[in-house]
Amino acid sequence: MKGSLIILSFFATGILLGIFRIFPHDFLHYNVSFYVLCGLMFSVGISIGNDPTSFRQFRNLNPRFVFLPLMTIAGTLLGVMTVSFFLKNRSLTECLSIGSGFGYYSLSSILTTQCKGVELGTISLLSNIMREVLTLVLAPWMVRYFGKLAPISAGGATTMDTTFPIIVRTSGKDFAIVSIYHGFILDFTVPFLVTFFCSL
Amino acid sequence: MFIVITCMISGIGVGYLLRLRKLRFIHRLVLVLIWLLLFLLGLEVGANEMVIREFGSLGFEAFLLAVGGTLGSVIFAWFLWLTVRPKKQVQ
Repeated sequence: MKGSLIILSFFATGILLGIFRIFPHDFLHYNVSFYVLCGLMFSVGISIGNDPTSFRQFRNLNPRFVFLPLMTIAGTLLGVMTVSFFLKNRSLTECLSIGSGFGYYSLSSILTTQCKGVELGTISLLSNIMREVLTLVLAPWMVRYFGKLAPISAGGATTMDTTFPIIVRTSGKDFAIVSIYHGFILDFTVPFLVTFFCSL
Repeated sequence: MFIVITCMISGIGVGYLLRLRKLRFIHRLVLVLIWLLLFLLGLEVGANEMVIREFGSLGFEAFLLAVGGTLGSVIFAWFLWLTVRPKKQVQ
């Protein structure tokens, strides 16, 4: 929660400086963010490759839960597809690319901005932050009505970091490994799915 | 966009080769780059008058998409839960 507030404040500071043109506007034409993005993705890759222990932990995964990430992806895409019928000025693929952020707002908003522009990038940022907040707030309710896997699916790509503590608290310690496994798989699919739906 | 994914995959390779060394600074670096990128995104949003004018309606669309995605995934997780939940489960 604290992490998302810090990130939001960086975004808000950027907006204010942008509105009042305090920052030289030409700066944006050099495509700095694209190079920073490449650096970010490279670092994210290093942090995945550098930590083989997380792979080894998955051996203890209950095989019945292997398909949970697939359920999350299918459910999310169907959900945003339904919403897209009500959003007259958004195309189906735009909605799908926002949904494919699975709560990983930093990465998905930047990827979306790169290929679809600021407007969609902003929606992607807000929408994926809201998904994380919804999960944090509604996790106990989800467990009660939809079972112990529900908050894990709702948390999307964040279930091995920001929403992990609340999942362990509401679903129980037995679901910690599923949660990490799920977050890992979704983290990995976000760049692929977002880029895929953006390019359609 | 494929350049971006290539960057990630080559990062995984480099990280794996260096797996015997603990690269603790990498998480910090990821965080700082994310801050920088969101600051840049904010700059771009702020400079775009159209986006600023419609910030409220963009937020509303974002909310609908967040609820749709979350609810859809929760329902699908429920289907899986109903088929695989442990037998000894007591409510």
